[in-house]
Amino acid sequence: MRLRILLLAGTALLCAATAQAKTLVYCSEGSPENFSPMLNTTGTTFDANHPVYGRLIEFKPGETGIEPGLAERWDISLDGKVFTLHLRPGVKWHSNAAFKPTRDFNADDVLFTFNRQAKDDHPFHKVSGGAYDYYGDMGLPKLIAGLEKIDPLTVRFTLTEPSAPFLSDLAMEFASIQSAEYGDVLTKAAKPEQIDQAPIGTGPFSFVAYQRDATIRYRRFDEFWGPKAKLDALVFSINKDPAVRLAKLRANECQVSAYPAPADLPGIRADASLKLMDQPGLNIGYLAFNTQKKPFDDKRVRQALSMALDQKAILDAVFLGAGQPAKNLIPPTMWSYNDAVQPWPLDVAAAKKLLAEAGYPEGFETDLWAMPVQRPYNPDARRMAELMQSDLAKIGVKARIVSFEWGEYRKRAQAGEHSLALFGWTGDNGDPDNFFVPLAGCAAARVGGGNIAKWCNREFEALVGKAVTLTDQAERAKLYEQAQIIMREEQPFYDIAHSVAFQPMRKNVTGYVMSPFGRHIFDQVDLQ
Amino acid sequence: MFRLLTRRLALIVPTFIGVTLLGFLLIHSIPGDPVEVRVGERGISAERLAYFRHELGLDQPLWKQFLDYEGQLLHGDLGRSVVTQESVWTEFKTFFPATFELSVCALAFAILVGLPLGVMAAVRRGSALDYGLIGISVTGASMPIFWWGLMAVLIFSVALGWTPVSGRIDDLFYIEPRTGFLLIDAWFSDEPGAFRSAVRHLILPAIVLGTVPLATIARMTRSAMLEVLGEDYVRTARAKGLAPGRVVVVHALRNALIPVVTVLGLQVGALLGGAILTETVFAWPGVGHWLVESVQRRDYNVLQGGTLLIAVLVMLVNLGVDVLYGVLNPRLRH
Repeated sequence: MRLRILLLAGTALLCAATAQAKTLVYCSEGSPENFSPMLNTTGTTFDANHPVYGRLIEFKPGETGIEPGLAERWDISLDGKVFTLHLRPGVKWHSNAAFKPTRDFNADDVLFTFNRQAKDDHPFHKVSGGAYDYYGDMGLPKLIAGLEKIDPLTVRFTLTEPSAPFLSDLAMEFASIQSAEYGDVLTKAAKPEQIDQAPIGTGPFSFVAYQRDATIRYRRFDEFWGPKAKLDALVFSINKDPAVRLAKLRANECQVSAYPAPADLPGIRADASLKLMDQPGLNIGYLAFNTQKKPFDDKRVRQALSMALDQKAILDAVFLGAGQPAKNLIPPTMWSYNDAVQPWPLDVAAAKKLLAEAGYPEGFETDLWAMPVQRPYNPDARRMAELMQSDLAKIGVKARIVSFEWGEYRKRAQAGEHSLALFGWTGDNGDPDNFFVPLAGCAAARVGGGNIAKWCNREFEALVGKAVTLTDQAERAKLYEQAQIIMREEQPFYDIAHSVAFQPMRKNVTGYVMSPFGRHIFDQVDLQ
Repeated sequence: MFRLLTRRLALIVPTFIGVTLLGFLLIHSIPGDPVEVRVGERGISAERLAYFRHELGLDQPLWKQFLDYEGQLLHGDLGRSVVTQESVWTEFKTFFPATFELSVCALAFAILVGLPLGVMAAVRRGSALDYGLIGISVTGASMPIFWWGLMAVLIFSVALGWTPVSGRIDDLFYIEPRTGFLLIDAWFSDEPGAFRSAVRHLILPAIVLGTVPLATIARMTRSAMLEVLGEDYVRTARAKGLAPGRVVVVHALRNALIPVVTVLGLQVGALLGGAILTETVFAWPGVGHWLVESVQRRDYNVLQGGTLLIAVLVMLVNLGVDVLYGVLNPRLRH
């Protein structure tokens, strides 16, 4: 009898615990490549890693500004080249069946993380393929001259030149801190690649299990150094098809869903059980004029074509209300945005006149490249190209629409094979430098570089080159504002739109903050 | 029988080489490579591109890459995924049970429904049932699976709410993959409701995947039965006064099964092909889903290894069917 009562009590307790356990299911759009943000560049992988790892610096929730993370404070030398970071004491590591940490987070972990990416002879450099694209792409191999451990809770980065965005770089996902002690344990067990498969981090959730193409499971980490997660468990349910994700959201099989299809937005708004958040995206969709090819080496031609394009019609037809008209390369939410810049007006007569002045009274024939895939900054490049083709025909410019497989498209456009090409960009760290330099800088105008206008303007280059070395944001902003005036006059790009990001979820989800970087973060999300 | 088996086994070798060569050429004819698809809007320097291509052996001439791959296969090594760095065999083992489970259930559905339908249509030739069956099987065989899958989700999952939308089990259940076969793992797990959830998730994808084989089996059974029902021995059996059911099931169906079994063998290939689309629609984490992802990521090793393993599987099933055919039709044993 006593045993039966005990069993009943136990069952009741278990039921109560189960009933109280808060699990949020997030319908994500794909499987991560692995569980190491430093090895990858996709948002899908970053989302899957974010709950687990911590970074030295963090982006403020919903903002592009930074705040202390695993580094609780920092000092910058007067010449802007030496960054001394003071690490947070008492930060605990997660554990799993293969690893029980014996110490807290310290400087060795910072050195392990960065040296793994930087040094060819680091024991983990070649592990899991060893492609540290972001570390390379952000220019850190050249920028970081040295990284030293001053004491167990202090590290010092020495740069080759002053770099204002360096702290923002440290808040990016590729700079997520891995455990050196875990690395040692795995090396001894001859399973080093497990560091990227069964992640150990310091984040608000610890990794539980991953079933490829099905689910990723996380559990709240109660020893997290910051505000504890409000959910007991978090599940990523992987569904590639947006229609399936929406169906699951409606059926309450998940409570937050990634990337809704634009055509589904009105239906989501009309659904009483759902809510839809939106935020201007940190991106730009543009038409690049290849300034190294005739006739686009003449800025009058670029200006004339810009005056022929009907931006509003494009936004209405292609973005279906999910785009903001662009007039600068950077989005209006970013500091240093120059709102005084006037876009080239829609004026077909003036465009024809300017084209005649440039020596093309009858217009000319050209190619117009359209991406074959949907991108965050351009939902339908083919449709957009058709609208542009029609606009350009009004000033005698006969555009032939060209497309390639996406990888091929990027390669050829970056090689400068096009005359006109649709392309775009999504920001990485919220710094204007992250738009101006990779998209319009002289170094990126090389063959294979991301500046597909192949535009190199010394005056513009001097401004953005100086801005990156200054630490005073107001001074930097002035220089970037001038740079935008030059771009408006030179018009290497026709800026089309900054797309708006949408986030559908169930009504009972609270505390969700949209990330300007497009991340899906559940640190402080709750279910009512 | 032995000669039949030897002949069939000997045919496997050139088929194997043909499959690897064809797979290799097809995969390499898709524009882009694993390094290029990883490059984002930022671009990649020529040096880094060359470095990663060299690391993956992509800077070698195609013929050398193929010979290296064949050599690797002869050592029993299918290579590693360029994306996840896991061995292709390990990944295949992870995904295959999901596809196997789905395919078996789809085939079971196709047989359990298709066979009786075909028999009934043949027995009642010219009736409304017969014409209805012909209509259904033509529709079933010509319906694109992805369209049918999406329609089924919209009708049964979204509108009616009878079945879950996608996946293998409710996301809230965590079943430790012991065998990889979720029905078995869920049955033996201590999570109440897990098995029921796994079954509910399986119903719709199995029906969608089983539709085309069902139509084929029903049509084939019908025509084979019609032929057999006109034979003298069936007439004799009837004349002896045997019960009509016994004549149909014992005397006619067993002989009519011979062409049906051949068709069943061929359906395995069709099922695996259909699984690619069904798994994509239902987010079913199986081999088909895995291969589609690999095409998008240009994961050469996974594509080559996965295709090869599926081809071997189809070859083995066909061999099994040949043996079964011999058992059912004694004349073939000699």
